[in-house]
Amino acid sequence: MGDPIIELSQVWKSYETGAVSVHALRGIDARIDEGEYLAVIGPSGSGKSTLMNILGCLDVPTSGEYHLAGQDVSTMTEVELAEVRNRRIGFVFQQFNLLASMTAWRNVELPLVYAGVPRAERKERAIAALTRVGLGERADHKPGELSGGQQQRVAVARALVTEPAMILADEPTGNLDSESTTDVLELFDELSQLGRTIVLITHEYDVADRAGRQLVVRDGQIASPIGAA
Amino acid sequence: MNWPETFRTGAEAVRAHRMRSILTMLGIIIGVSSVILTVGLGQGAQDEVSSQIDALGSNLLVVSPGSTTSTTGIRGGFGSASTLTLSDADAIDDEDVVPDVARVAPVTSTSASLVNGTTNWTTTLVGSTVDWLDVRSRDLSAGRFYTAAEVASSAPVVVLGADTAGELFTGSAVGQTVTVNGSALTVIGVLETSGASSSDSSEDDTAVTPLGTAASVSGTTGTSVSSIYVEGASEGTLGAAYQEINALLLNLHGVDATEADFTITSQEALIDTANSTNRTLTVLLAGVAGISLLVGGIGVMNIMLVSVTERIREIGLRKALGATPGSIGRQFLVEASMLGLAGGVIGVIIAVVGAAVLPGLIDQPVSLSLLATVGALLTSLALGVGFGVYPASRAARLTPIQALRSE
Repeated sequence: MGDPIIELSQVWKSYETGAVSVHALRGIDARIDEGEYLAVIGPSGSGKSTLMNILGCLDVPTSGEYHLAGQDVSTMTEVELAEVRNRRIGFVFQQFNLLASMTAWRNVELPLVYAGVPRAERKERAIAALTRVGLGERADHKPGELSGGQQQRVAVARALVTEPAMILADEPTGNLDSESTTDVLELFDELSQLGRTIVLITHEYDVADRAGRQLVVRDGQIASPIGAA
Repeated sequence: MNWPETFRTGAEAVRAHRMRSILTMLGIIIGVSSVILTVGLGQGAQDEVSSQIDALGSNLLVVSPGSTTSTTGIRGGFGSASTLTLSDADAIDDEDVVPDVARVAPVTSTSASLVNGTTNWTTTLVGSTVDWLDVRSRDLSAGRFYTAAEVASSAPVVVLGADTAGELFTGSAVGQTVTVNGSALTVIGVLETSGASSSDSSEDDTAVTPLGTAASVSGTTGTSVSSIYVEGASEGTLGAAYQEINALLLNLHGVDATEADFTITSQEALIDTANSTNRTLTVLLAGVAGISLLVGGIGVMNIMLVSVTERIREIGLRKALGATPGSIGRQFLVEASMLGLAGGVIGVIIAVVGAAVLPGLIDQPVSLSLLATVGALLTSLALGVGFGVYPASRAARLTPIQALRSE
């Protein structure tokens, strides 16, 4: 086990809907170490999407602390969170979320644009990331010219390109056929072997089984805090 | 994201939705080109009036009979009841009484039929002194003007306007004879065409003779004149000359200012009157065009709001990838500004083409004004920026979850 990348302690998230307040997360404690391949699994409504939003710094907890790579992100401003997302987290979404008007490498370089990396270096790094996911030849194709599995691999390349502390994949195989699913999951296996920290959020157990450790979320709490500190 | 990247992204978005961008810009295009063209038309009309009036001489005062300032309406009148006489002209010519006057030319004007063999042409027969040529800033294209001796002796000589000479004679008119009411007059010169527009033909369709000659051929007696042309000593002292003549004539006619039976007009006053009319029209039309520019700006805002809604997932993705609210806001603001500016540039191009083509179609000169062009361009940019602020702030305020979750 390496150093902790993620430490959650007593994280609560509540939403006010009219007079009733809904507690989506009820005191989550978790620790994810560097190089870990972790699956967060739970049925819909379990609060795993809320957890993913907080892990991805897309949202802040109502109470509790969240340390990402040593930084307390639970009290950060929106601008600071944007920088954390840009530098520390690589997102992979269920819907791929590629920009249709841009070629594969232009999609991959996008996080580097916001990081202020010079143009020539951006292209070099984008092509390198595409080559790593096996799509070096397709760098000039637009998303519409690629299969679903290929599109998701472009998205993975985009997540890798900033060398983030963690790759956060939200149902990455939810929109893929079984062949492409295997394809993408094998890519995650490879990345894990190369020492990448991967957090995969899913509701499918066979997908979660590929991960080194599973974190089951039920009713806003960790149901099986295996290995949690 | 730095500014060059922001501009690149904006330009890509404008290009990616080409048709929609053009439709968005349409309002701005129409607004900008119509502002420039209306101002250009107004300016063109003003320039034309100024050049026509300038051609008559810029330090010229015209004393005419009758007064529009009298409480009883126009007093006196033109024709036989003229209140201006040759002695008035002589009085104005007195250097001791009216020091700021250089030349005086009393003018009688009657309609007359000029005959050369079987050719008959009706024109204005002008009787005046030798100073007429200088006072009216005219030149001769052939022959000579009549002399002071010919004026004194009422010699039977005539100087024709360019058009009149052309109507009456096929070759050179100088040395030929025309008959007016049975009297034979020798053509001694032909006037150069006046600088004024060709549509104003009366300046070139005329026949000028010594005062006495005009009186005898038209059979008029008496000493009244149609008007007195006065050339000021200089443009700077024209105001003084006006005052002096006014005081002198009031005194001679034994009336006070409220009963003045004459009117003194300066060319400057004519220009001012003509220009103020033109200016009112130009301002009115440019105002209407300006409103269409404003409507164009609202169109930009409208489309940008639609664009924010349509691209909500893109905004969410960019935010997840590290875009700050500021950089998202800037992206949309730059896009709106580009639409505004591009619309402005296209509008200017259309206006320039219109300015080249329109005069041929509607017989109206168009003077492109640099001020109006730059102003319209800046306004279109300002509209893009101004109306882009609201959509941009909407885009910037979206939270990444809101934006990513929407379908």
